[in-house]
Amino acid sequence: MDKNKYKDLVNKYSPKENRLYNGLIAFIIGGLMGIFGQLLIDVYSYYLHIPVKDASVFMIITLVFLGCFLTCLGFFDKMVSFARCGLIIPITGFAHSMMSATLEYKKEGIVTGMGANMFKLAGTVIMCGVVSAYLFGILRFLIMGV
Amino acid sequence: MIYFNAFLFAGTICLIGQIILDNTKLTPGHITSLFVVIGSLLDAFDIYDKFVLWCGGGALVPITSFGHLLIHGAMDTISQKGIMGIFTGMFDLTSAGIVSAIVFSFIFGLIFKPRD
Repeated sequence: MDKNKYKDLVNKYSPKENRLYNGLIAFIIGGLMGIFGQLLIDVYSYYLHIPVKDASVFMIITLVFLGCFLTCLGFFDKMVSFARCGLIIPITGFAHSMMSATLEYKKEGIVTGMGANMFKLAGTVIMCGVVSAYLFGILRFLIMGV
Repeated sequence: MIYFNAFLFAGTICLIGQIILDNTKLTPGHITSLFVVIGSLLDAFDIYDKFVLWCGGGALVPITSFGHLLIHGAMDTISQKGIMGIFTGMFDLTSAGIVSAIVFSFIFGLIFKPRD
């Protein structure tokens, strides 16, 4: 069978993803994550009597904790494959990528396994963030002062 | 009202990410990196602060807030200590997310077994 014909056949029988449905799910789940974050900020600042800025730090820690914990229990992979970007774009996706890399390389030991591979997936976020923040920070300092 | 704005903003960011994921060959890693860069670009010109005022937690939950907090920490330290602040203060505000992610990953990594 020649190559193009084979490609056509594969395209014909591979399952088609419904992009509209995916987008809608991502929108709703992502939006609910936003509401959940705001709810946590309100709850923390109301019950612990702390300023909103500290409450948002607690909110981020809570979401990271939930992302790590649910990944360990095995729920989060199923949730991510359902909601896709709805859970990858929020900070839970960052926690999920670190936790799954850590678990995956656990058998190679603490130093060469967990330590060396912890940032395998999440490192790109930190690298891009720091480099872009450095460049834009210098740019802003040159243009606008502080 | 802030809850509605939070829903709208976080949902829109995730929708844009999903559209990019479905229509190009970029992986989720590319998309999160792209959003961090967009977040720091928006914050470098004071745009992201308005989003945070307008939709609160909705703007802090997506990964764009990571770039926003990096620039914010750097700029706060620059205003106090001069240009070297960009090196010493960049992680001031993001350290909560990074440290908690490392600590929880380590502790849970010791306790739990990997699943497939």
